[in-house]
Amino acid sequence: MRYLLVEDNRELAEAVIGRLALDGHAVDHAGTLAEAEDCLAVATYDLILLDVMLPDGDGRDFLARSRASLETPVIVLTARAQVSDRVGALDQGADDYITKPFDFSELEARCRAVLRRRGGSARNQIALGAALFDPLAGTLSHGATSVDLRNREIRLLEVFARHPGQILSKGQLMDRLFSYDSDVTENAIEVYVGRLRRRIDGMGVRIETLRGLGYRMETDTA
Amino acid sequence: MTGTGSIGRRLTLLLAGVAALLSVLSWGMVTMLARQAAERTQDNVLAASVTAIAETLRSEQGEVRLELPYSAFSMLGAIGEDRVFYTVTAGDRTLTGYADLPVPDGRGGPGRIVFATGTYRGEAIRIASVTRVVLAGTSPVPVTVTVAQTRDGVGTIAADLSQLAAILAVAFFVVAVGLSAIAARTSLRPLKELTAAVSRRGPSDLRPLRRAAPSELAPLMGALNRLMDRLNLSLRRSEDFIAEAAHRVRTPLATVRTQAEIALRSVTDDADKQRLRQMIRAVDESSRSAGQLLDHATVAFRADDLPRAPVDLADLAARTVAALEPTAAMKEIRLQLDAVPAQVSGDPVLLDSALRNVLDNAIKYSPEDTVVHLQVMSIAHEARIAVTDQGPGLGEGPARALTERFRRGSNTEGIVGSGLGLTIAEEVLRAHGGRLDLGAGERGKGTCVTLVLPSS
Ligand SMILES: Nc1ncnc2c1ncn2[C@@H]1O[C@H](COP(=O)(O)OP(=O)(O)OP(=O)(O)O)[C@@H](O)[C@H]1O
Ligand SMILES: [Mg+2]
Repeated sequence: MRYLLVEDNRELAEAVIGRLALDGHAVDHAGTLAEAEDCLAVATYDLILLDVMLPDGDGRDFLARSRASLETPVIVLTARAQVSDRVGALDQGADDYITKPFDFSELEARCRAVLRRRGGSARNQIALGAALFDPLAGTLSHGATSVDLRNREIRLLEVFARHPGQILSKGQLMDRLFSYDSDVTENAIEVYVGRLRRRIDGMGVRIETLRGLGYRMETDTA
Repeated sequence: MTGTGSIGRRLTLLLAGVAALLSVLSWGMVTMLARQAAERTQDNVLAASVTAIAETLRSEQGEVRLELPYSAFSMLGAIGEDRVFYTVTAGDRTLTGYADLPVPDGRGGPGRIVFATGTYRGEAIRIASVTRVVLAGTSPVPVTVTVAQTRDGVGTIAADLSQLAAILAVAFFVVAVGLSAIAARTSLRPLKELTAAVSRRGPSDLRPLRRAAPSELAPLMGALNRLMDRLNLSLRRSEDFIAEAAHRVRTPLATVRTQAEIALRSVTDDADKQRLRQMIRAVDESSRSAGQLLDHATVAFRADDLPRAPVDLADLAARTVAALEPTAAMKEIRLQLDAVPAQVSGDPVLLDSALRNVLDNAIKYSPEDTVVHLQVMSIAHEARIAVTDQGPGLGEGPARALTERFRRGSNTEGIVGSGLGLTIAEEVLRAHGGRLDLGAGERGKGTCVTLVLPSS
């Protein structure tokens, strides 16, 4: 997936880019509306994350201006948090909004929800050996069989799918699956991995435990 | 405000004062004219009478003779019960009548009728007299005919007319006062209407006044509109200012939170992790509080002057569910919506924030892997959204207390919140003429919060 992040705060932008890159997304960064227009002129994006207060104007005006010609879904990042502002953002054509400061897990969850609603899943399927994983729809299919996965199972499988053949530690998996404040222990990861294993049993995708190191996904070759 | 009296009363008093003055004046005039007319009538009759007598003067054998024609006195009888006196003198000699009747000085020359007022036998009299020169033999003798009449009749007539005039004046005055009250009221009506139009407005309604008004009120309306414009501008400026302030506070908070979250991923020491978590939590607490406080203020502000629009609670619930779905998914909570159309009339922005707060609680306080059930119903005259969760329930103590400001339950340890969510929801519903019901979920487990609104 290719994202455009329009955000003038450098640190925040870098952190968001870093986080989205972990999921294997490519993120272009624009610090101003002018830069954003340049980016949009040369590339197509799957999703735009748009700050509302930018040095050269109001992100919402930009949204209202470009909404007609723009197919790409937009999530507004706003530090203005009044109810009326939030409703206003949606009226102006944003697909969703998130108020700063935000939880990265929530940002990811909202991005996924918007992409799913906009039907962006077809282009985003990942081949796992003979099976086909659709992280937005949350399905794993293999031949005629298909399983629906629950949210954390999807997240877990997605992390593995983005890092094929790599060993992932429990800590790494925890960061991706839970927001910072859930009081989960590493045991929880074992529970979820166990569940995922049972769900995808027989689909040609396996998750192996490497004692003391973590987990690794293996796939049957097609 | 210190009043300077009522314009209406002042106008009425002024008009009534003018009416009173006019009444008294006209009464005085009528009285005077009546008296004059009565006097003139008396004078005319007296003149006719003296003329009639004087006409009979002639000389016979050197003697001045006269007759007293009946008509000369009968015409005087026309004026009331007044008594009549007369005297005819030739030179110094009284020919007939009352010798002591005062005779006005005979200036005016012969043939001219002279009038005078005097007293005779204690009564006020009006006297007319004429002098003719009669040739008695060879010498011309001036003969003076004088007729006098008491003035009671004149007084009576004048008094009668004056009384009538007084009645008319009083009637005129009463009618005039009534009319001036009405006039004052009608001329002040546009002012009243303007006042009503302004006072009907809510505190946030600062649209300019657009109504037909008499030209005298145009400057006032212009001034009001200009004031409203300025108010609107400064209000919008302060709203912008708050938004800008929120932006300025939240942006660095976002940076802090981001850095902390990144650091959290790279540190390995548990104590460090704990510290970072606390830091993130503090950021979340403060931004949540700021957001909820702003929302609460917005509710208070908008509730005064509720902008009403038709809202289908089913749509509202669907939108809110869609908005919170990602949050629920993060906890593996499934949002299940059963809805029938339920129309209400209200402020969509506020209703959205009420439901969002209730649903947010259900998700926030429920454990993972549970279901939150939303049911939109329309029962009799009420439309409802019931949000039922499988969480820990509202705990001991009266549930009502949880709608108090900043009140949090005992089950909130480790869960970020400001204690304003239910307060906001309740105030929104109250502003809409509805209520918030708090109870336990199915079979006494979990929580069921119901938003109740009057159907439209
Ligand atoms: N669905 C629920 N299940 C359990 N407890 C609840 C639920 N809803 C509300 N409560 C209790 O009611 C209290 C008040 O809720 P309220 O929404 O007003 O505040 P809050 O959630 O603590 O803070 P915030 O203003 O951030 O929403 C909560 O602290 C919680 O103890
Ligand atoms: Mg709450």
